[in-house]
Amino acid sequence: MSGNQSNVDSVQSRRVTWEGCSVLLDINDGDRLVFSRLTENSTLKIGKKNYSLRPLIGCPFGSLFQVEYGAEGSKLSRLLRSAEVSNIEDNGDYQPVEEHRDNRELVDNNKAQSLSGEDIEELRRQGATGDEIIEALIANSATFEKKTAFSQEKYRLKKQKKYAPRVLLRRPVARSICETYFTKYPARIGFMRVDTLSLLLSMANVAANSDILVVDMVGGLLTGAVAERMGGSGYVCNMYLESSPYPMDIVRMFNFGDEICKRIVRTSLSDLCSVQNDPSEQMGHDVSATANSSNEQMCSHETLTEPSGMEEIALPSENEVSKCKIPKAGDKASQETIDLWKANGFSSLIVAAPELDTWNTVKDLMPHLSHSAPFAIYHQYLQPLATCMHRLQSEKMAVGLQISEPWLREYQVLPSRTHPCMQMSAFGGYILSGVKICNPESA
Amino acid sequence: MLALDTSKKLSFSKLIASGDLVIVYERHETMKAVKVCEGSVFQNRFGMFKHSHWIGLPFGSKVYSNKSGYVYLLAPSPELWTLVLSHRTQILYIADISFVIMYLEIVPGCLVLESGTGSGSLTTSLVRAVAPTGHVHTFDFHEQRAASAREDFERTGVSSMVTVGVRDIQGKGFPDELCGLADAVFLDLPQPWLVIVSAAKMLKPDATLCSFSPCIEQVQRSCEALRTNFTDIRTFEVLLRTYEVREVKINSMRGQGGSPCQQPPCKRRHTNEGSDKQESVSSAIMARPSAEARGHTGYLTFARLRCSA
Repeated sequence: MSGNQSNVDSVQSRRVTWEGCSVLLDINDGDRLVFSRLTENSTLKIGKKNYSLRPLIGCPFGSLFQVEYGAEGSKLSRLLRSAEVSNIEDNGDYQPVEEHRDNRELVDNNKAQSLSGEDIEELRRQGATGDEIIEALIANSATFEKKTAFSQEKYRLKKQKKYAPRVLLRRPVARSICETYFTKYPARIGFMRVDTLSLLLSMANVAANSDILVVDMVGGLLTGAVAERMGGSGYVCNMYLESSPYPMDIVRMFNFGDEICKRIVRTSLSDLCSVQNDPSEQMGHDVSATANSSNEQMCSHETLTEPSGMEEIALPSENEVSKCKIPKAGDKASQETIDLWKANGFSSLIVAAPELDTWNTVKDLMPHLSHSAPFAIYHQYLQPLATCMHRLQSEKMAVGLQISEPWLREYQVLPSRTHPCMQMSAFGGYILSGVKICNPESA
Repeated sequence: MLALDTSKKLSFSKLIASGDLVIVYERHETMKAVKVCEGSVFQNRFGMFKHSHWIGLPFGSKVYSNKSGYVYLLAPSPELWTLVLSHRTQILYIADISFVIMYLEIVPGCLVLESGTGSGSLTTSLVRAVAPTGHVHTFDFHEQRAASAREDFERTGVSSMVTVGVRDIQGKGFPDELCGLADAVFLDLPQPWLVIVSAAKMLKPDATLCSFSPCIEQVQRSCEALRTNFTDIRTFEVLLRTYEVREVKINSMRGQGGSPCQQPPCKRRHTNEGSDKQESVSSAIMARPSAEARGHTGYLTFARLRCSA
């Protein structure tokens, strides 16, 4: 189980990290999310220090780490199960006690804590653990006892995040990648929320042994999510309608093995429409394909020049990349595959292309779908979908047409404190879905 | 309904054959699942349709009745199946189904446990998600419903991917032979907190669980039970709002001194006819939310099994 990449893309083998794998680091319970790649030299910055990520290699996804202060300085150390379950969470016998305290006398004047920053530093130098520091803070707080039980919990949690930060090792999958991007860089994924993405996959009947046509202008999130659900069979055709392919960097975060990567192919609309076997045409396309294909080094360079926030992604050096042998996705589709698509059509279509005209895109791609193929078109704006739906109706190209807007609300569920969360996403995009029909006029 | 191997890809099966399941589409929200049979006949408000006329046609075809009415014959999918299946119980719809599958991180090859089976709406989508190498074990304590579900899975061609067990999961928990093998567990039970301990035994570390409950009290009790062995406990509501689209013709009389008059909304397109009254007709495509919406189905509570050292 030492991360043998040549194995089949079985779900089982992906539950433990390996050197070179992509991970999602969740610092302090969702406060901060960072994508990273576990190599010998990769680090994570917490507060003012850089911590090596080497202790995370070979650990199961879902492992929790805490900053430990030791003789050699501080490092990330794995929390074992017993320590993981904090007092706060393991309230199995919670009895709703009558709360007599309230905050009428509590004044927020910053004078309640008698320990100074220097005192805390001294404690640390003496080898106190994060948890011990928290206890010391509580003991030295003049107002702690006067707080309500809930308030005390909140206080303890706040101190724990500051003095004993925790890092949760998360598996990058469609869900976690989409949620993270939606929180941090929503514009890069066209404001596609996780429930919206999940609807696209269902409405377009994404499954194994399918040929799915995808127009992905959301960084590769859609392509990756589709490929994940196909599990190494069939094809995801990432199609570009202009001269160069759209960036697909997010696909690399999914930790796809060779089998799935082979299934993610690119082609241009002109390739799909062109007459077969024109050698000069073929060469021209090959050249542009290699120039634009998602080559590891190229992509590293691309992402490094992007502004703000990308420093959160610890990119490995070229040496480390070649040592880790990260499989590549997004090769140009072979002529054989293209011919198959021409003969049978694609089993479904998903479009997430904010910069293209929706109706024209759909009009151009519909003929390439198989009979009774479902499709799902995503857009941030309602109007282009309304126009597209109207045209599809009047030209009798599809039935079962529906424009949906997904609505998602999260709840906080705690004893005597259950309510919807204070923060909510008001918007996750719109989807136009339907099923292609045989148009008798053109049959 | 599913392509279980590469030789039978969905895009290949374009022509309707006897024995196939088709979805007869009359209009939006009026569909019916029909098994095609050489001598059979389908009747609806539009008239009578002979199945023999359907055989050999591509899926997605428009077919006429003896009275010049028509319907479309669509290929079945888990989404369409959810809309046409017979309800023996309240079912889950696409908004909840799609979110559950994404949030449980179900991919091909997974082993998924479900209780109760109900009418098999979610089950069909679970099967699609794990196919062709995974499996779904679904349990219901009602023998007749379990049998109906098995029949449905035969009809839709997914029975090799799913095992229906008759078992009182709340009373007995999941079967021991599945211990430690499950990638995901889904619960749609009246008292899911009774099953949490058993679910924890079935799941691999860091694997996912989802419990669907209509009432908040059920959610609260489930969350309490989850806190011992599970982490990352999150509860959501998912709903869909649909929109209606109309082409609205706006008629404005120019050079008459009168106020512009508006035509009532109509769906069909009118060509612009010139007239000596200098009438200018423009149409706009407008969208607005539908007046009716599903207000609530249930709360979805997700959790992950803690990793032990």
